[in-house]
Amino acid sequence: MSETDTKHMHQKFEEHQRAEQDQVHLGSAAGMVGSVSNVEPQELIRPRSLVGNVLPKWFLPATAGVGVVVGFVISYLIGGLSVNYALWFVFAAIIYVLVSYLITRQQLNKRKAVDGLWRNLVYVAFVIALIPLVSVIWSVTVDGFQGITHSSFWTQDMSQNAARTREQAIHDGEAPMGGGVLHAIIGSLLITLTATVISVPIGLLTSIYLVEYSRGGPLSRGITFFVDVMTGIPSIVAGLFGVAAMQTILMLGNQIGLWSYGPGNYSMGITAAVALCVLMIPVVVRTTEEMLRVVPNELREASYALGVRKWRTILKVVIPTAISGIAAGVTLSIARVIGETAPILLTAGTLTRVNWDMFAGSMMTLPVYIYHTFRYPYGGPGELEYLSEQRAWGAALVLIMIVMTLNLIARIIANVFAPKKTGR
Amino acid sequence: MTTDSTTRSQRRKLAKKPDNTLVSADRAGAGLDRGFAGLAKAAGIFILIILAFVAFFLSWNSVGALYQEEEGLIIGRFLSYAWPFALGTVVVALLALIMGAPIAIGVALYISHYAPPRASKTIGYIIDLLAAIPSVVYGAWGMFVLAPAMVPLYHWLSEWLYLWPEENLGWGIPFFAGSPGMGQNIFTASVVLAVMILPIISSVCREIFIQTPKLHEEAALALGATRWEMIKMAVFPFARPGIISGVMLGLGRALGETMAVVMVVSGLGFQASIISPGNSTIPREIALNFGETGHGTERWHQLVALGLVLFIITLAVNMVARWIVSRHKEFSGAN
Repeated sequence: MSETDTKHMHQKFEEHQRAEQDQVHLGSAAGMVGSVSNVEPQELIRPRSLVGNVLPKWFLPATAGVGVVVGFVISYLIGGLSVNYALWFVFAAIIYVLVSYLITRQQLNKRKAVDGLWRNLVYVAFVIALIPLVSVIWSVTVDGFQGITHSSFWTQDMSQNAARTREQAIHDGEAPMGGGVLHAIIGSLLITLTATVISVPIGLLTSIYLVEYSRGGPLSRGITFFVDVMTGIPSIVAGLFGVAAMQTILMLGNQIGLWSYGPGNYSMGITAAVALCVLMIPVVVRTTEEMLRVVPNELREASYALGVRKWRTILKVVIPTAISGIAAGVTLSIARVIGETAPILLTAGTLTRVNWDMFAGSMMTLPVYIYHTFRYPYGGPGELEYLSEQRAWGAALVLIMIVMTLNLIARIIANVFAPKKTGR
Repeated sequence: MTTDSTTRSQRRKLAKKPDNTLVSADRAGAGLDRGFAGLAKAAGIFILIILAFVAFFLSWNSVGALYQEEEGLIIGRFLSYAWPFALGTVVVALLALIMGAPIAIGVALYISHYAPPRASKTIGYIIDLLAAIPSVVYGAWGMFVLAPAMVPLYHWLSEWLYLWPEENLGWGIPFFAGSPGMGQNIFTASVVLAVMILPIISSVCREIFIQTPKLHEEAALALGATRWEMIKMAVFPFARPGIISGVMLGLGRALGETMAVVMVVSGLGFQASIISPGNSTIPREIALNFGETGHGTERWHQLVALGLVLFIITLAVNMVARWIVSRHKEFSGAN
């Protein structure tokens, strides 16, 4: 045989094979289609398309609407024909969640129904969380606004008004509601400032040690762990510590002859500042540590390569790069301690007049003023008590404004002046 | 020419004075370097000392509650004084946790997986606002707004869980006995505490929910899981340590919270009922009595010892929380 013949035969054989294979494929495919369509036509073409297998968009709002209406009717009937908002909300939520679950289950399937049930529960949880927030801000704003708009609120302390009745005020020819929170604002600022001045250097240096110097040794691990533990110290325990520490210091100094104060004279602004430091230092350490870690290593290495000493690198390169984050962290820690009540109540006590001296005598702060005024309203029951409460709500409004402004400032500092992640 | 001459003169100067200045500057720099490092280390050690002092002052001053020279050991007297407050503290904190934790986890899930992505950041800020409100303001809110609003619920609870079963079965649940009065009881206090710990738990959970590896979530969704099944299969297993530690942190906060309980609860006696005025917690007992108690008396020592008990309880809770977090640290931020 010649080579061409063999080639030809080979080709023919291959063609034949291919044709056979094609036939088999076609046949099997046709058979499959045929068998499927004969046995179960619904399996391939489902009655509902992909789009049709969900409930319409108006379903959830409609169910919610039904829940609100039916919930109102039920709560109205149960509550003795009067509107009880809490009951209304509870019934509306239950009806909404249940009805949407049951309808989804009946119309679609169990899995989708369970999915929808949990989604609705998450929504309800979110709404429940918003209720107290709205309620707190509403009551503080409404009652507090009347307090802060009074003329003497910002300019006077309570020394004239603590033991004063309405008759006395009228006799003196003055408005019954005199007095203000000047002493509390001054005390809050002084104590918080002192605590900040003590806490920030210690906290910042500690985080510098943790980030720049320690190499994961037992000391740094211990510091990190105990700083975490310190963030959980109850504020009242910090107050107890402040008192106990100051009493010991006063007693020792008295025995040596440094001063004539006894351990009973512990009620001072500085004692409160020391107590607040215990609460403030861990917050400063944690926030500034995070910020220092964000500083890119290239900056440090570039500085070292120029022959700059480590301490100069830290002061001139690392801290300026992270300064926005550090400032934000310090602001947040101030916001954390300026609202503390219990430690200051134990350490600095209460006072009705302005006291500028951190080292002598009690001091009033805004949170303690709020607490004290609500607990022991000035002027006895009646109209003066009402005015006194208004002043306390006003002080609460001022306090919330201060804390929220500090939080806002911290966020703005952190966002606007944030260092670029890739270096300068 | 000029540059050449300056370099020559510089060279001559350098040749005259080898590098004395450089060496001395270097020595000063090294000293400063060591000084700064020492200062930083000292600050770190100072923090440990402060914590040690807190523990030391509390234990040293509470000795007087357990031992007195004339009477010897009086541990029994302290225990019988302290246990109602310790129990009250734990009950209030646990009630707050039962009410607050599920809602907090729900809110965290809402922000991380349900809210429209654009709005979720703003919503997170709004929830963080709850944490920014000082506790004394919550106390005032609980006292004037929440307590009166809760009174109908207490009447209902008392009627159906205590009075009705007592009449018909001869035995009612003692937790719901008594008259609610103005609603200033430890149940109201624990609702206020639940509101206060909500943002703490929620922010910890949110952080960890967001860190769930996107690939795990997408894999679950690609297998046909619904959103809830995806959360159950991918998010919760990943976030379990974070949830537990967040809840523990919330518990620590609730245990140590003072002002809300002081302002909301009225009455002092210990009782089983949680819906009528009475009962107290450790922080409340300290805050109400510390200022009026003379330094060095047995009562004073007892109050400090109560503080020590509270310190130890919260320390234990927080340490467990931190330990759980650190044990699972390698998983956080995976992928």
